[in-house]
Amino acid sequence: MTVDFIFEGLNQLFPSFAGNDIFLILAMLLPFAGLFGFITIYGFGVIYSELKVSSFIQDKTGPMGQGPGLHAGKWGLLQPVADGLKLFFKEDIIPASADKPLFILAPFLIFIGAFISIIAVPFGEKIIVADMNIGIFYVLGIGSLAVIAVILAGWSSNNKWALYGGMRSAAQIISYEIPAGISLVVVIMLTSSLSMQEIISYQAGGLFNWVIFDNPFMPIAFVIYFISALAETNRTPFDLPESESELVAGFVTEYSGARYALFFLSEYANMFVVSAVAATAFLGGWQSPFSDFLNTPIWSMFWMISKTFFLIFVMIWIRWTVPRLRVDQLMHVCWKVFIPIGLFNIFGVAIWTVLRG
Amino acid sequence: MGLVHGEEMVLNIGPQHPATHGVLRLQVRTDGEVVSQITPYMGYLHRCFEKHCENVTYEQVIPYTDRCDYLSSMSMNFGYVVAMERLMDIKVNERVEHIRVVMAELQRIASHLLCTGVFGLDLGAFTPFLWALRDRERILDLFEFTCGARLLYNYMWVGGLSHDIPVGFVESTFEFLDYFEPKIDELENILAHNKILVERSADIGVMPKDIAISYGVTGPNLRASGVKWDLRKNDSYSIYDRFEFDIPIGEGKKGTVGDCWDRFYVRILEMRESVKIIRQALASMPKDGDVHQSLPKKIRPPKGSVYARTETPRGDLGYYIESDGSPIPYRLKMRSPAFTALSVMDEIAAGWLLSDVLAILGSLDIVLGEIDR
Repeated sequence: MTVDFIFEGLNQLFPSFAGNDIFLILAMLLPFAGLFGFITIYGFGVIYSELKVSSFIQDKTGPMGQGPGLHAGKWGLLQPVADGLKLFFKEDIIPASADKPLFILAPFLIFIGAFISIIAVPFGEKIIVADMNIGIFYVLGIGSLAVIAVILAGWSSNNKWALYGGMRSAAQIISYEIPAGISLVVVIMLTSSLSMQEIISYQAGGLFNWVIFDNPFMPIAFVIYFISALAETNRTPFDLPESESELVAGFVTEYSGARYALFFLSEYANMFVVSAVAATAFLGGWQSPFSDFLNTPIWSMFWMISKTFFLIFVMIWIRWTVPRLRVDQLMHVCWKVFIPIGLFNIFGVAIWTVLRG
Repeated sequence: MGLVHGEEMVLNIGPQHPATHGVLRLQVRTDGEVVSQITPYMGYLHRCFEKHCENVTYEQVIPYTDRCDYLSSMSMNFGYVVAMERLMDIKVNERVEHIRVVMAELQRIASHLLCTGVFGLDLGAFTPFLWALRDRERILDLFEFTCGARLLYNYMWVGGLSHDIPVGFVESTFEFLDYFEPKIDELENILAHNKILVERSADIGVMPKDIAISYGVTGPNLRASGVKWDLRKNDSYSIYDRFEFDIPIGEGKKGTVGDCWDRFYVRILEMRESVKIIRQALASMPKDGDVHQSLPKKIRPPKGSVYARTETPRGDLGYYIESDGSPIPYRLKMRSPAFTALSVMDEIAAGWLLSDVLAILGSLDIVLGEIDR
């Protein structure tokens, strides 16, 4: 694991201070600093790509650098920076009738929930912050933290739109965790491990060893997981909690400035987590699609990030193409379509595994 | 739905709300997501249009008509000049009639584009809205080319037009139509046959024929309920009787006749019909003719009154003008189609979910400038 790895490395670099407590603290803090830096860069990258992909779909140019001076930078690359700065310099408004402590707590809670999921995401054989033996279970569990934050935000704002958004979100996220979980259970049955690294090492040896191509039930599980992941991250067509044409802005109606930015960022961080889990569980994680070719640690990071970004791109693509579902249709899709198919899938994979031996 | 009853909550949608298409306030009683009663409150955009008209000359009324339904100003101008010309018994020449028809139909396309785009936006589809606006821009460019204005034109005058069409307008319009016709299919494909949109709008907010008629709903909303009623054919004005075009009506292809999907789809079909009319009108337009030929030096209609109705993109627009022989109207009354469309809201939208109410509102295509006047 990375913490041990850095600790050992520091001990070897400075043998005279070997075993020092400071090294241990450093070894714990460094991965987090790296992860935080990664999230920041990722945030800018994904916001920029959302702007550009949506512009491409909508037949417009999107952010562009025009004329001399720093006008959103070259190709508009600085647009996310400008957006972020704008949000952080805005006046911090807390409505007088809001429940102040909860109102302040909610954005932090959702951001923490999104952030600490990432520590279980593997980028390579050794490149993982915490290789837990229950990694996938941990990510699912932490993912549910978002519900609490959203309900808190909706309730504490003391606004009817926010309340609607919060209640919709609670129903939606809790419901869609079931199909998401069920479709991951199938993967766990196949790989007989909850650890992210072991799930990935099961898929070693090229494209056709990936879980998604393992048996005919896996593509179904992948589609169910991916759609449920869309719902869990509140992306279109499941963006009912913040549907701007119905609920103004849903549970974030009363939030502005930096607090809003935290909600905004955590949505994108959540997108990364669910895409990374999908890539890990179904698409071979950091494994190269060409067996041992291009499978060094640096390339493994490349594969993991490109697989994840491909799924994020699909999410952006879907967002700018389809309309939004209605509340009852959302529940219909979850309880009457995905869960029965998911349960059938478990049954099918169980038989398949037994027959294959 | 409605088996479990909870405490009712009163929710104000608007006047500042992204889906109310202006400054409309809907007071809805909700039980959870289910809406039991809807009361529209309007007047937030009331600018005393009718009272203003009693204090300005007949020419000066035209810019006010622009500002009533600001999304179809040409059609609003058209209605007023048709009424005035009937009152003063003016006959305008062929070229003027043709240009007016072209402008009114271009305006109909522009207005329907906005409506269909915004309907998609109300259901959460952002991209079709921008596609629709992209094409609407081309029409606004044509209008700008003609009269210099992009939204409020003051183009049609009593007895003529403010300007003749510029050199190259006919070619540009043909070019636009060639570009635009495939775009209608594109818009139809991404919206009308999208599974989610069909689920969201078919069988929702059904407006049966009798309700539509008894509430006085007109235009595409009435036609979507299956009534073949279009003033361009049924009470023809200007030169509409010369052109070949169909009146599309709602057929309930995806659900019941008169549901949201029909109201939305009728507008897409109407855009195709408008393209047909424009092509015919441009082809048969006389090359010469002074657009100021029958322009009266001073508008002083004889004593009397007139009621004239025309088909705007939103329906049956009527002007009642009472003249006492002076250059200022004694009374001007406007019958606006969006007003009646809004009044049917509680009848067809109560009992649906909150999301459906906004879909129904979007499908009725109201413009607050015209409702409040």
